[in-house]
Amino acid sequence: MRSPKDSQVGKPPESGVSRRGFLQGVSLGGGALGAVVLERPAEAAPAGVAGPGEVEVSLWINGKEHKLKIEPRVTLLDALRDRLGLTGAKRVCDRGTCGACTVLVEGKAVYACSMLAIDAQGKNIQTIEGMTRGSELHPVMKAFVNNDAQQCGFCTPGFVVAAKAFIDEHPNPSEEDVMDGLGGNLCRCGTYMGIRKAVVEAARAMGGKNA
Amino acid sequence: MPDYKWPPKDQRRIIGKPVNRVDGPAKASGRAKYSQDIKLPGMLYAAMLTCPHPHAKITSIDTSEAEKSPGVKGIQIISEPGTEIQWAGTEVALVAADTEEHARDGVRKIKVKYEVFNDHFVKEDDLAAAQKLGRAKPSGEAVTGDPDQAFKEADVISEGEYGIPVLTHCCHESHGQVIAFDGEKVEYRPSTQNVSGIGGDLAKGLEIPAANVHVHQDHMGGGFGSKFASDRWGVETAKLSKKVGGKPVRYHHDRRTELEIAGCRPAIYGRFKVGAKKDGTIIAWESKTWATGGFGGGGLNANLLPYVFRNVPNRRFNHTAVSINAGGARAWRAPNHPQVSFLTCAAIEDLAAKLKMDPLEVFIKNVQYTQRPEVYKAQLEKAAEMIGWKSKWHPRGQSGRGPVKTGLGIGVGTWGGMGHNATERVKIHPDGSVVLEIGSQDLGTGTRTIIVQTAAESLGLEMKDITLKIGDNRYPQAGASGGSTTVGGTSAATRKATLNALEKLFEAVAPSLGAQPDQLVAKDGKIMVKGDSSKSLTWKAACAKLGVTPIEATGSNNRRSPGGLIDSGVGGVQMAEVAVDAETGVVTLKKLVVVQDCGMIINPKTAASQCYGAAIMAICGALFEERIMDAATGRFLNADLEFYKLAGIKDIGKIEVHLDMAPEHDARGVVGLGEPPVIPGIAAISNAVANAIGVRVPRVPLTPDRVLAALERRRA
Repeated sequence: MRSPKDSQVGKPPESGVSRRGFLQGVSLGGGALGAVVLERPAEAAPAGVAGPGEVEVSLWINGKEHKLKIEPRVTLLDALRDRLGLTGAKRVCDRGTCGACTVLVEGKAVYACSMLAIDAQGKNIQTIEGMTRGSELHPVMKAFVNNDAQQCGFCTPGFVVAAKAFIDEHPNPSEEDVMDGLGGNLCRCGTYMGIRKAVVEAARAMGGKNA
Repeated sequence: MPDYKWPPKDQRRIIGKPVNRVDGPAKASGRAKYSQDIKLPGMLYAAMLTCPHPHAKITSIDTSEAEKSPGVKGIQIISEPGTEIQWAGTEVALVAADTEEHARDGVRKIKVKYEVFNDHFVKEDDLAAAQKLGRAKPSGEAVTGDPDQAFKEADVISEGEYGIPVLTHCCHESHGQVIAFDGEKVEYRPSTQNVSGIGGDLAKGLEIPAANVHVHQDHMGGGFGSKFASDRWGVETAKLSKKVGGKPVRYHHDRRTELEIAGCRPAIYGRFKVGAKKDGTIIAWESKTWATGGFGGGGLNANLLPYVFRNVPNRRFNHTAVSINAGGARAWRAPNHPQVSFLTCAAIEDLAAKLKMDPLEVFIKNVQYTQRPEVYKAQLEKAAEMIGWKSKWHPRGQSGRGPVKTGLGIGVGTWGGMGHNATERVKIHPDGSVVLEIGSQDLGTGTRTIIVQTAAESLGLEMKDITLKIGDNRYPQAGASGGSTTVGGTSAATRKATLNALEKLFEAVAPSLGAQPDQLVAKDGKIMVKGDSSKSLTWKAACAKLGVTPIEATGSNNRRSPGGLIDSGVGGVQMAEVAVDAETGVVTLKKLVVVQDCGMIINPKTAASQCYGAAIMAICGALFEERIMDAATGRFLNADLEFYKLAGIKDIGKIEVHLDMAPEHDARGVVGLGEPPVIPGIAAISNAVANAIGVRVPRVPLTPDRVLAALERRRA
């Protein structure tokens, strides 16, 4: 299992310095405010600012570089799902509340709906698709299956990625810790009982070490 | 004809085992594809314009600018000028474009002029206002026995007013579809609970033959009763697809629209009067309720009150439907039951408090009025034991002097759950492979898993030997997943289809084993002669005897003659333990115990998950969830997931589930379990809070402000 922390292969170039001018003026807050701004076409874009038309964007996802042409307002989530076919991350609230879109950016759990794709350039992005090796499931996924920590499954990939990020930081969690650590994801079917157990079991299977 | 009855409990190899769900790996790895994940060649993305006004008339729609907007390929007007709109969120137009962003730009450029009436009414809890405005429609009175006389004879009369607001389904995968319509045929990829039926529904809207619609769905992201129909957006997206030359178009609601118009559960409010004898026996019951599920009002079946204890001899029922300017109601996991469970159990708990009796005693005292007195009595006792009722219960309000008050409460429920009609086709191929086809769907309840378990059990094979295909209307027809009917319908159809196929296989291989077909059994991956294990063939060798022709057989469940495989009718009891901070008003659920009668269980693991999940949904309803309408603008204020609150992983306390699998329940066969456990939780939690703080918080959810207001009223 490769995570951004121990990955040496397929690493994005150091820093995004060359893109700083490119990104100027489009730094946005996450959550609702960001989303509102995203919806408004840039009317008087100052010189040197990306968009509103399509721009070339390079994303390092699961150890591979992907180049795509998208408008700067496209979120990382929509770029993954609609442009790159990586549909494991789901769009549910689209406002940074439910966690169904969770991916890892530089090893940290991030709501992909609340980050612009252009802001994710130069960063190591890992999606749920990058957690499997062929048909071999990640220990977190196995634990979700064993503990029936899923029903309709729509929130599950977000939970699995968030759980991996949590275990990376907390290799020996108790169920109590899990309740604090996974408060950023919501499930409508009510799979939390299984998730509590699954995350503890996965951490144990991962040997109390970062995977 | 084969003997279809379930194998005796001690002879089951796979049925009754807590195996992992078969689609677990696909879901946990993110590989499972949902309607929203589908991308087809040439597919366009659609966005929808909705009406921001709760009551208005469209006077004009100008799409000229939108048509010129970059990337826009087509516009479909849904509500033509002249249309009167009765709730905000009503569909006005759809725009298809090369990207979703461009579709949203297009939507913003459509200019709609409205005549806004400013006379909307959204205060669902205000019956007097509704009556004054002519928005209340009484549905008459139902009287049984002589309630007036009985109230005179009662030793104690308890009165209360309770209310439960509108909830929304909040499906994580919002409603919508990918659809391609070339004017004749439709390729339809919805998110639905109704794979076999939704195509015909869409065809009606498009005025084409039902056979022209091909429906396919692998996975769906939550329905809870709201995803049976093709809906306006399905029909209109199809028309839009036709407009853009038959290209596939993908449209799913954004979160606001999902909450506003994709269905909700009606609110019910009511005034209750209960008369009882000193020993707690209820002799009279009166309710005046009103409900709304949106503009169409909200009905209530008189048989539902008092809930479960429906045979109280003297009762009067009055109900009024209230029409408001808000999106319409849909079935919502056990329609009306969680609400009437809360209203009824709150009234009984308040009666017990007035009698200064232990409510557990009062509930047990009155089980004679239920349809299953023995079951409810046993369940009440079991739940009481699980939560430690005897040691922990205290009279209402006597929870010590500190700021944190603890309390216990009871809720009850009942449900049908008879399996729906369904047909399954089984093919046994000469190479030994077994393929099942059924036009059903797995909502996350575990339908795939229980079908494969049933088939493997019946054929003497392992689950890995079975290939199951569901989610396509080209497969034999199965009922919609509603009313907890799927597990019964699909398991019975599977049992019959597999045994019918096996009978044909026996006929084919009997000569090779020198036996009669009826002397053969399928066991441990072999076909063998009963009582003579030396005469056997492996499954593969047996199937090879088929030559080049596979066996094909079907089996059907008919709910009118279920043949002992399935049954209907379950009871359930839940008890809650809460801690309430009387200074902040915050309610913490410590523990919820779920005792559920359930018939024969095919998979205890997925069955328990249904109970946990349903209990959590009830916790959401008791403590967090509520649609909040703004009286001034008529808009749904919290149509999002930030302020429309769902419980998180830390908010649900400890949940313990007891599935009552006693032999007499097992003998009934399979009964649906999706809905029953969602019913009693709200009542249990509300009653526990009343027990803790010494006063009823009349409305749920039990938010801090409501708890503090109730405490304030008590002090005043």
